[in-house]
Amino acid sequence: MTLTATFLGADWQTVADAFGLGGIYALMAVGIGLVFGVLRLVNFAYGQLVMAGAYALAFAYERGWPVWGGILLCFGVVVVLSVGMDWVVFRPLRTQTPAVMLVATFAVAFLLQSIALLWFGSLGKIAASLSSLNQPWTIGGVHIREISIVAAAVAAACLVVLVLLLARTTVGLQMRAAALDFRTARLLGVRANRVIGSAVLLSGLLAATVAVLMTVQTPLVTPDFALRDTILVLAGVVLGGMNRLVSATLGGFAIGFAAGFLGGALPTNQSQYLPSFLFAAVIVVLLIRPGGLFARGGQQAAERV
Amino acid sequence: MLELDGLDVRHGAVHAVRGLSLSVDRGEIVGLIGANGAGKSSTLHAVMGLVPAAAGDVRLHGRSLVGRAPEDVARAGVALVPEGRRIFAELTVEENLRLGVAGRPNGDLARAYELFPVVKEFRRRPAGALSGGQQQQLAIARALVGKPELLLLDEPSLGLAPRLVDVVFEALEEIRESGIAILLVEQRAQRTVALADRSHVLTNGRLTLTLGPEAAGDSETLVAAYFA
Repeated sequence: MTLTATFLGADWQTVADAFGLGGIYALMAVGIGLVFGVLRLVNFAYGQLVMAGAYALAFAYERGWPVWGGILLCFGVVVVLSVGMDWVVFRPLRTQTPAVMLVATFAVAFLLQSIALLWFGSLGKIAASLSSLNQPWTIGGVHIREISIVAAAVAAACLVVLVLLLARTTVGLQMRAAALDFRTARLLGVRANRVIGSAVLLSGLLAATVAVLMTVQTPLVTPDFALRDTILVLAGVVLGGMNRLVSATLGGFAIGFAAGFLGGALPTNQSQYLPSFLFAAVIVVLLIRPGGLFARGGQQAAERV
Repeated sequence: MLELDGLDVRHGAVHAVRGLSLSVDRGEIVGLIGANGAGKSSTLHAVMGLVPAAAGDVRLHGRSLVGRAPEDVARAGVALVPEGRRIFAELTVEENLRLGVAGRPNGDLARAYELFPVVKEFRRRPAGALSGGQQQQLAIARALVGKPELLLLDEPSLGLAPRLVDVVFEALEEIRESGIAILLVEQRAQRTVALADRSHVLTNGRLTLTLGPEAAGDSETLVAAYFA
């Protein structure tokens, strides 16, 4: 009851923030889901890709590079790191059990975080070249920070492009097929390395996009940048249903929206418990719908035919 | 075209195929029959690179396929219709076929549509909505769109109604006439022997008997072959 009243009474900034954060989390969910689809691997080091991108933006900002230069560097660093991770870690371990690969991604995550700590220290760097986006736009007498709208719009645009890519292109079709049944896809001549490489590359591009958007609202880049977000997104992906990209993305959006909305609507002394509430909600949902909130009923039965 | 030379396949401690030698040429159907666990599927998997050959050689046009990845074998012109069809139920019929073309430069969907009109009729539907027989036709069509030189089939008639078994076996005859080499693994021994240019009986991974089409009417030989 209170929640409904709050929702209706919530200021537009909170609602816009929720959409913005939902969009960013949806992008992270897609990034994680794409790689999971073809490798059956939950990449816990995904947040560290975002962190690396954020450091790249900070690096460019400190040296007074133009905005586009920083963004370019961010994309370069994240894509190289993402593809490098595939080459150095995932490829040699691809035939191992999912548990081995999972532990390996933990190791990579801690490694990258430690490297960031060693190189840049624990105090953090500032990446504020896009901070002008924090100024409000006034639309019909309502003030909304630009970044909320930009984040939601960028996320929507990325998702549209991705959907077109998966639906219309040959490599997209191959990625969908590989996610459904990798062995049969290979029997048809689909190259495993090409499909996995494409998924890793796309996932890296998404991580870089997320890094750019996140530093606007959180310009202080520390070694644990995006760590909490990654954990929330992973919960969201499981919540939505890991097995399909659409449900994983919806789960990511849902948890981002909830986090953004409750974070803005609750008073500060209550919002510190927000992650606990969200995780409790995830547990309850999974007890009721173990396949995920957005998983399709009867899917397993169809697969056995 | 395809030559197996002393092929051995092992699954851990199980010796699935032992010293198997056979050959398949253009425009030929060669049958592989035998009881469950005789090593028929393992043979196809070894040709395709899905399981490693423990010993012996697999050659296509004289070039060894041993040690190559399944996608490379497929791109070299070998297509497998796997047991249980393995179609992508969530993708449309046409998307399933487009996947079959992916690895091959000269592939096209027209020939598959010609051979299996039902596949063309339902091309925009999710493949999972097709009946079992239609799915089997789709699985064979998907293997053919890439214009393979060698077609491997793993129990294509499994679980089909008799009328649909006829459809599949008639299609195999047509495919043979187009000059493709076919290696057919089947449980329907009598029909296979009647259709194939020669049929090899596998027992515990070993080739124990080779039958010509004339043996199809000789049920005693067939039964004896199975219980040898």
